[in-house]
Amino acid sequence: MTALQSLVTVLAQAQPATTADSGSVGLTHYLVVSAIVFSLGIMIIITRRNAIALLMGLELLLNSAALNFVAFGKFMTPGKVDGQIVALFLIVIAAAEASLALALTLNIFNRLNTIDVDEARSLKG
Amino acid sequence: MAFGDVVFWLFAAIAVLPAFLILISRSIVRMAFLLLFSLAGFAGLYLQLGAGFVGFTQVMVYIGGILILFLFGVMLTQRSDIPVRPKAGPALVIPGLLAGASALAALVFIAAQCPWKPAAPLTAPPADASRQIGLELLSTYVLPFEAVSILLLVAMVGATYIARVQAPGETEDGMGDAGKESAAG
Repeated sequence: MTALQSLVTVLAQAQPATTADSGSVGLTHYLVVSAIVFSLGIMIIITRRNAIALLMGLELLLNSAALNFVAFGKFMTPGKVDGQIVALFLIVIAAAEASLALALTLNIFNRLNTIDVDEARSLKG
Repeated sequence: MAFGDVVFWLFAAIAVLPAFLILISRSIVRMAFLLLFSLAGFAGLYLQLGAGFVGFTQVMVYIGGILILFLFGVMLTQRSDIPVRPKAGPALVIPGLLAGASALAALVFIAAQCPWKPAAPLTAPPADASRQIGLELLSTYVLPFEAVSILLLVAMVGATYIARVQAPGETEDGMGDAGKESAAG
């Protein structure tokens, strides 16, 4: 517990500068990190045909969106926690989505013996 | 360079590099473990942004829960007699790279061009942010809070139902073959 507390203290001192000097890390840095991860997630979703790999790409997309919410909340509405609350909702929705999607993947694997999303097209007629 | 900036670049690298390695990795197990590092990098970024509660929730829910779920999914769906499908063909890679690059270009352009104006001058984050989150969740955000808890419950029940092992002879509508025949007759 004390280790956790000291970690929080250290990281709290490491927060972005409260003054807007141009050299330090600001909102744009976080947005760019989130944009990079978002585009990587899109590439993973399109290029991978393994259902579990697709879900990993989806988790990256959700995480980059949550990072945007927290960063905007920090820089655009200082002193409020609305951005963090939306990020918490996102985490819950990601948990629901992951459990359902993995259950579907297991069911598809039991029926078709593959989790290649191109093979799971029985509904296509 | 300030200490906070060093921490930011460190966690940004931890978040971005594994995500890139997931893209080029061939082994699904390795991808799952790379996802762990990427999610941990995001948790560090949340902590560095002063969102300690979100950061630790990320560690507990994502790394402790969702990632374990992924590993179970990987283990339950691997079969050694199925050949691992080789690298995706150019019919997938080229559109994927195009879509990712255009999304990246658009997002970075917007992030760099838009003159973001904060609603109030930047201050240090509130020291009791977790307390504030709890109060807001049960006052302003109580309806979304309840809605999302019902969503989670429904998703869990649905996941348990979908992933169950069907007993031999059990049909899709839950009736056995005999029951179906008598219902049809």
